[in-house]
Amino acid sequence: MTKLAHFHGGLELAAHTLSAPIIDSSLPEELIYPLLQRANSYATPTVKIGDYVLKGQIIASANSPFTTPVHAASSGIVKSIEPRIIAHPSNLADDCIVIETDGLDEALASSPCFDYQQETPENLRTKIHQAGIVGLGGAAFPTATKLTTKQDIHTLIINGAECEPYISCDASLILQKATEIVQGALILQYILQAKHCIIAVEENMPQATQALKQAINAHSIQLTPVPAIYPTGGERQLIQVLSGTKLPTKSRPAEYGFICQNVGTTYAVYQAIIQGLALTERIITVTGKGIKQPQNIRTRIGTPIKHLITQSGGYSKDVQRLIMGGSMMGIALNSDEIAVTKASNCILAMTSDELENKPVEMPCIRCGDCATVCPEELLPQQLYWYGRSEQLEQCQDYQLFSCIECGCCDVACPSHIPLVQQFRAAKGAIIIKEKQVEQANLAKARFQNQQQRRAREEQEQLAKAEKRKATIEKMKAASLAKKKPL
Amino acid sequence: MLLLCLIFILLGLILGYAAQHLKVQGDPIVEQINALLPQTQCGQCKYPGCKPYALAIAQGEADINQCPPGGEQTISALANLLGTETKPLNAEFGTVKAPAVAFIIEQDCIGCVKCIPPCPVDAILGASKQMHTVIASECTGCELCIAPCPVDCIIMIPIANKPSQWQWSTAHD
Repeated sequence: MTKLAHFHGGLELAAHTLSAPIIDSSLPEELIYPLLQRANSYATPTVKIGDYVLKGQIIASANSPFTTPVHAASSGIVKSIEPRIIAHPSNLADDCIVIETDGLDEALASSPCFDYQQETPENLRTKIHQAGIVGLGGAAFPTATKLTTKQDIHTLIINGAECEPYISCDASLILQKATEIVQGALILQYILQAKHCIIAVEENMPQATQALKQAINAHSIQLTPVPAIYPTGGERQLIQVLSGTKLPTKSRPAEYGFICQNVGTTYAVYQAIIQGLALTERIITVTGKGIKQPQNIRTRIGTPIKHLITQSGGYSKDVQRLIMGGSMMGIALNSDEIAVTKASNCILAMTSDELENKPVEMPCIRCGDCATVCPEELLPQQLYWYGRSEQLEQCQDYQLFSCIECGCCDVACPSHIPLVQQFRAAKGAIIIKEKQVEQANLAKARFQNQQQRRAREEQEQLAKAEKRKATIEKMKAASLAKKKPL
Repeated sequence: MLLLCLIFILLGLILGYAAQHLKVQGDPIVEQINALLPQTQCGQCKYPGCKPYALAIAQGEADINQCPPGGEQTISALANLLGTETKPLNAEFGTVKAPAVAFIIEQDCIGCVKCIPPCPVDAILGASKQMHTVIASECTGCELCIAPCPVDCIIMIPIANKPSQWQWSTAHD
């Protein structure tokens, strides 16, 4: 076995693993699909209110490399296209396609493919795009776009190291679908023409490791257990652990010949290529002390969270907060009407004693503990001071945008300062400022253009008037000259 | 002595050349002030645009607190640049409003083209006896088109707070 490297910092967090098998969610009455996909890319609806849709049918199409088509996860009628609160840190409403399911669950005919090697990588990529596959680890970046690279990829990494405590959807998927994941990995390797393929799993998942070992069998795939140090599951951290190469800031893994894909994504690729199915369901961990029966559920994308919680026995008495994602990087939700998206890997309902009585924030004592744990080797306390005093340029000089918001510094801080919160706010302030400058420049340019145009028009008019005057003078002179001889 | 004279002549020539060829075009401070203004070109400062206001500030004719769209942020940035104290916005020139864009109620528009010349950024599209419309992405929200409209069909719509435009702030929990 190859020797593993370490990334800087990180934390050993107590895992809350679930051993219960995956259960299938029942069909909800409504499926909700937000049109907003990533940052500010929207998908365009291709259905009208009242249309009948089938499972696997495209209901919104992609119009940029950063969006993917959206598929209906069950058959039913498009009830409305209206603003609903979406799974987003803002907790704001945005346009969603709402489907009222008819309970028949009729699906479009799928087109299975038995030998993917007969197809060109380009064709397979298109199929992956058409199946609406995005990174299921949480970032939801379109997989087809990630697989389209001009660089030579030497190593494909299948990321099965979900390092956040509470989340166990990937581990349970590996246990159940190890063979399919290995197949998916081979398809991805074929598309990328990568020499090596590594599947990384956490050391503390012996059963999953065993399952994968059996599935890999004679294939030339390397299986590497990695230490369960948070955030090993981060793309850049995992690459560093496996290869010893620390990627420079602002560079992408593909530039160094690596591509990382989550195991969930790999399984979705298998389904899309071999079975011809679009991405309409995923596995989600519903857990936390606020849930009576924590479990992993295979659910249709678009299912309201409330429906999943009811199936997990409902809330326990002193539930306090609902979080989508893990306890470290998740976003707080203020409603359980919000629907599961492709990116949702975990629903966490926390009770007051799980949240601990949050200690009051104290002044920074410059102890440097945050810098010790930062996996990106940033200086969180320096960023904190600059952010607090709104010295945004200094923040950028200290690589604020390299922060992966893993939350290690928050945990390490003895003064309980919400550092990540501060960094997100500073990033937001910088983005807003850049946008304002851009708009001001646009307005300035248009104003200047208008002024120049008006000045030119005025000049032209003056010139015209002059010309007319000259002609009149000439005519007058001519008529005078005509009169004179008489 | 002769050497000294030569050096002086030489230096004189260099300075003369520099004065001629390396002359700074325009007043750099005006450009710096202009860069801090929001470029809405709304004229609320009583000057016909951001650049004239910048010029007036540079010449000491106008105060730094006459720009309502810029608000406190612009005032403090200007104070920082000019080394003066910040002061509250002068309410005489208007108050800070939420960012908005103009919108033409199309069924009411009579196609009179009166709103088109006042627009400082050519953001209104239309021709005589044709329906007009505002290009929302170009509109600076200056409100200069509202007064000339004879049928009052132009309204200001606040920019909606959409998740795609939203950013984290410290106030958020």
